[in-house]
Amino acid sequence: MTYREHTKGEMIPEGSSRGDRGAAPTDTLTGRGTALGEWVAESSLLIISLISIVVLGLILLFLLMEGLPTFSFVSVKAFILGHLWYPTDEPPDFGILALIMGSISVTLISSLIAVPSGVMTAIYLSEIAPPKMAEILKPAIELLASLPSVVIGFFGMVAVAPLMQRIFDIPTGLNLFTASIMLAFMSIPTICTISEDALRSVPVTYREASMALGATPFETISKVTVPAALSGITTAIILGMSRAIGETMVVLMVAGGAAIIPGSLFDPIRPMPASIASEMGEAPFRGDHYHALFATGITLFLFTILFNILAMSASRRFRLKG
Amino acid sequence: MTNEIETIIHTQDLSLFYGDFQALHDISLPFAQRQVTALIGPSGCGKSSFLRSLNRMNDLTSGTRSEGAVIFEGTNILEKKIDVVSLRRRIGMVFQKPNPFPKSIYDNVAYGLVVNGIKNRSIVAARVEKSLKQAALWEEVKDRLHKPALGLSGGQQQRLCIARALAVEPEILLMDEPASALDPIATQKIEELILELKERYTIIIVTHNMQQAARVSNTTAFFYMGRLVEVGSTNALFTKPVKKETEDYITGRFG
Ligand SMILES: Nc1ncnc2c1ncn2[C@@H]1O[C@H](COP(=O)(O)OP(=O)(O)OP(=O)(O)O)[C@@H](O)[C@H]1O
Ligand SMILES: [Mg+2]
Repeated sequence: MTYREHTKGEMIPEGSSRGDRGAAPTDTLTGRGTALGEWVAESSLLIISLISIVVLGLILLFLLMEGLPTFSFVSVKAFILGHLWYPTDEPPDFGILALIMGSISVTLISSLIAVPSGVMTAIYLSEIAPPKMAEILKPAIELLASLPSVVIGFFGMVAVAPLMQRIFDIPTGLNLFTASIMLAFMSIPTICTISEDALRSVPVTYREASMALGATPFETISKVTVPAALSGITTAIILGMSRAIGETMVVLMVAGGAAIIPGSLFDPIRPMPASIASEMGEAPFRGDHYHALFATGITLFLFTILFNILAMSASRRFRLKG
Repeated sequence: MTNEIETIIHTQDLSLFYGDFQALHDISLPFAQRQVTALIGPSGCGKSSFLRSLNRMNDLTSGTRSEGAVIFEGTNILEKKIDVVSLRRRIGMVFQKPNPFPKSIYDNVAYGLVVNGIKNRSIVAARVEKSLKQAALWEEVKDRLHKPALGLSGGQQQRLCIARALAVEPEILLMDEPASALDPIATQKIEELILELKERYTIIIVTHNMQQAARVSNTTAFFYMGRLVEVGSTNALFTKPVKKETEDYITGRFG
């Protein structure tokens, strides 16, 4: 804990009056007067953080205990790379490649929509928009972030999907493309608000230095402000994307639900979370299907961990480079 | 006196407002070419505001408005139609606090060249070296040009900012207390630099340090409460000031 090191390493000259600390002058050097209070504060923080770690550990353990038995009736390779997901057939097929590809494709395509629009909106809000405009737009975008996902899913189902069906003349509007649009809706506010905070925290002095050298406002944004905020923007993007990959309700409602590897934008898909959520209720307790759904959960979990590691390493790299 | 030397830029009844607050009152002040002019005065009297009017940096602060004129080469640069981007390339600025970009030392100095369309690598490299040498920083950084500029000491960062401003070869260099955060040795280096630079550049420097004003400037202007109180050759202003406020200030009786 850096806080402890800081307070211990702090040099307080003897006899100096540091407000309440100076009550017992002989104690100021060791800080014993406040040691008890600090100990209580530190240990309660420690306990709280330990609790969350323990809970996380328990969930992980549970996931593994319920998921790993899957591999007694299907090999890891057949599970991950199998094209067919027919868990209730006789004999059943437990291949989740179509579900994985569903998750990956919907996450990628929604990011293709959400990242540019989210980051660009953030740039507009913090660098270009007149203050009055930003005052109106910002709360609107934050409100969008607080929309329950079921509302977004519902909107996608009754409004966007029929529209897609008509525009592109396709059999169903419930497909990869519609799901990506709706997920993009969900991640744009996350990406936008966090990126905007990152941009706003770039010191004004950088912008002034750039303008004073004869850079245009656009050059200042692209060469100074955005690079200086890059670690925050990267974090924003990855948080937005992980919101998309783990999102269940929206994809359950608008993705179409077919466990096939998508070959086109307008194929229906069945991402991992949708599959788990819709099938868990019917899967016999501790049956093969039940275990296979938990194993799918482990796979999804590995994906989100991968995302977070990427996020951390990316933001660290950009910070080093500056 | 300075009358036989050409004036490069001058203000005419320049007033500046931050919202309703008037920070500058009708300032008319000429600046001689290839001379150093020092602006002195107590804190909050409007020195920075004045300096920032000369390259339209105040545009970046919302709610500012100016009246009067700033004449540079016969045109009033406060007019709307003026291209502030090229104006700022010709009138460079060094800020009170060192503000290098979070980029490498090299990229900091090259920045102004790149945004002004100089792409040729060898020209850029030569200019970077030349500017760093002018700013008396080259020897200290020549082996770490591609290291982050934020790893430099405060004094080195300030000289880097000077090098960065010099790289685009402005005609006028505005310096807002460039040595206020520096130790005596770094301060001395910057003062030597100013004396050297005035061979080629017109320099307008804000300073709180009377000795510094006396050492580096040809002309000194004393500001008080948003007004120009007195301007004259540095020697005359410090030895026999005309106004009482000037005398009180330079003898340290207020401020
Ligand atoms: N952005 C701003 N908004 C409102 N008022 C401002 C702003 N900047 C400066 N002022 C006011 O304008 C006056 C002049 O400020 P300025 O920064 O020009 O003073 P200064 O002479 O440079 O002072 P110092 O020596 O402390 O740097 C001050 O009263 C200040 O409060
Ligand atoms: Mg100032």
